Amino acid sequence: MVTLTLDRLSAHYGRHQILSEVTTPTFAGGQMVALLGPNAAGKSTLFRRILGLLDGDGEVHIEGATCERPMAYMPQETGVNAVLTVYESVLLARMQGRRLNVKPEDLAEVDRALDELGIVALGERDIGDLSGGQRQMVGAAQALVQNPEVLLLDEPTSALDLHRQIQLLSILRRLAKDRGMLVIAALHDLGHALRFTDQALVLQGGTLVDCGPTEEVVTPELLYRVYHVTARIERCSKGRPQLIVEEAV
Amino acid sequence: MHTGTDTLPSEQSAAEEGRTFYRTLVVRRQLILAALTLALFLSLCIDLALGPARFSLGEVITALFSPDDVSQQARVILWEIRMPVALMALVVGASLSVAGAQMQTILSNPLASPFTLGISAGASFGAALALAFGVVIVPAAIEYMVPINAFVMAMLTAFAIHALSMRRGVTIETIVLLGIAMVFIFNALMALIQFFASQQAVSAVVFWTMGSLTKATWPKLWIALGVLVTVMPLLARHGWALTAMRLGDAKAESLGVKLRALRLEVLVLVSLLAAIAVAFVGTIGFIGLVGPHIARLLLGEDQRFFLPGSALCGALILSIGSVLSKVLIPGTVIPIGIITSLVGIPFFLFLVLNNKKASW
Repeated sequence: MVTLTLDRLSAHYGRHQILSEVTTPTFAGGQMVALLGPNAAGKSTLFRRILGLLDGDGEVHIEGATCERPMAYMPQETGVNAVLTVYESVLLARMQGRRLNVKPEDLAEVDRALDELGIVALGERDIGDLSGGQRQMVGAAQALVQNPEVLLLDEPTSALDLHRQIQLLSILRRLAKDRGMLVIAALHDLGHALRFTDQALVLQGGTLVDCGPTEEVVTPELLYRVYHVTARIERCSKGRPQLIVEEAV
Repeated sequence: MHTGTDTLPSEQSAAEEGRTFYRTLVVRRQLILAALTLALFLSLCIDLALGPARFSLGEVITALFSPDDVSQQARVILWEIRMPVALMALVVGASLSVAGAQMQTILSNPLASPFTLGISAGASFGAALALAFGVVIVPAAIEYMVPINAFVMAMLTAFAIHALSMRRGVTIETIVLLGIAMVFIFNALMALIQFFASQQAVSAVVFWTMGSLTKATWPKLWIALGVLVTVMPLLARHGWALTAMRLGDAKAESLGVKLRALRLEVLVLVSLLAAIAVAFVGTIGFIGLVGPHIARLLLGEDQRFFLPGSALCGALILSIGSVLSKVLIPGTVIPIGIITSLVGIPFFLFLVLNNKKASW
């Protein structure tokens, strides 16, 4: 099973230190990890650093991976206007680094990714004509079609309606368990983090401030310290922890 | 009758719908590429048939496939005189169009082309130096003095743009502005040359900048064709990565595309294409703009179809341009650069004014 460990990971843009010495315990395949933190905490930078898109000190240890490119990354979605259909754009993600000819199994993988996310019907649409939420679902399909062992998602639910948010996170959680995939998602909704993730990493100002099982990490003290809100966490009738935010301080 | 097993095939077909759709899309594109190739062949035949001595299409086709069955005179006119010119139209059209297509791809700008980035203007300046003052940048045979000067200046322009684009804080939008600055610089230098040059030299320079296929010879054609068939597979190799670039830098990078290295490689390759084309036939504008846009409309932006499609569209446009340059005023061959500009400028304005998708 694939594992990921970060060891004193740092990154800087010019003289600006964005990440300083982020060290984590080992995360294993099958887990879903929330990457939490306020705006500009360094979440996207951490992803880019893990992927090797940024240079810096420290090490990323990936062990037990069975393929050459075990990681897939879904960046924050931006508008595009390429003359490509959704189907082509997902196929494109699958075919990177491969030969030009498309094999039937490549098409089967595209179908599977679209089907898993419930967006088969979008296949024929031009990507330029999609709404923000649809683009985000397509972005998730582009990541999944690569059959990653480690999947990094940068705010994957930011443009989705409530139904799609729950749907996407449930699917990711199921795929993590079924495929033994390690999913790390930057999330702004701590309620979602509590409900869907096993572990949480909290960044603030480029420094790791807390890390551990999500229920132990997401506490009123942390919310006050990192997000500057007062909040309480109560158990609902089903025993799940519920986050109730009171006010910003 | 509904049984439990009925649902399984229908679920499968829902998932396979996309696959069927995609296969249809691919077949349609292959047909479009085939139709373009056919149109290109027709245009080539018409281009060959037209001139001071007229031939029927039948004669042209006979001369093409069994040259021994036509008269010696027809064979000489068609094969020795007209063929290099007609084929040069195809090769130059394809080269400029592919260059434009990939400049638009790597710079994410629909207005990028060898013409708008100043590469053609640089080539004109190099040619003018040779034509007006006999200034030779690289020593060569007299016949190749002008093309080599043009080529060297075109490549220098491309590298200047690239070097400037590597500076910190230079965005891809800035690169297009740098190209426009290049056009202005070279236009000013051209004016300076024309001010100091003799009357005769000025008319030579003006004629060169109009762009003309008439100077094409078999050796020049082989060089241009050689570059085209070398560069095309090198570009095709990056087909998936180049298509991914159209999804934006962040997405392309996330898919493992090495943006900087790819941009540099493609810029060098397409500058080579554009420089060779311009060096042999002079400034032929707007092919690099119009060709890729038509290809994009017909075939989308999957490079496996967009790249050959751009080449075919560019070749077809210039071949039709070559036909028009002979028939518009009977007895006169209008420089082809004038034809492409007359057709291209309205198209360019249309692109600018009809730019609904703001980020393009």
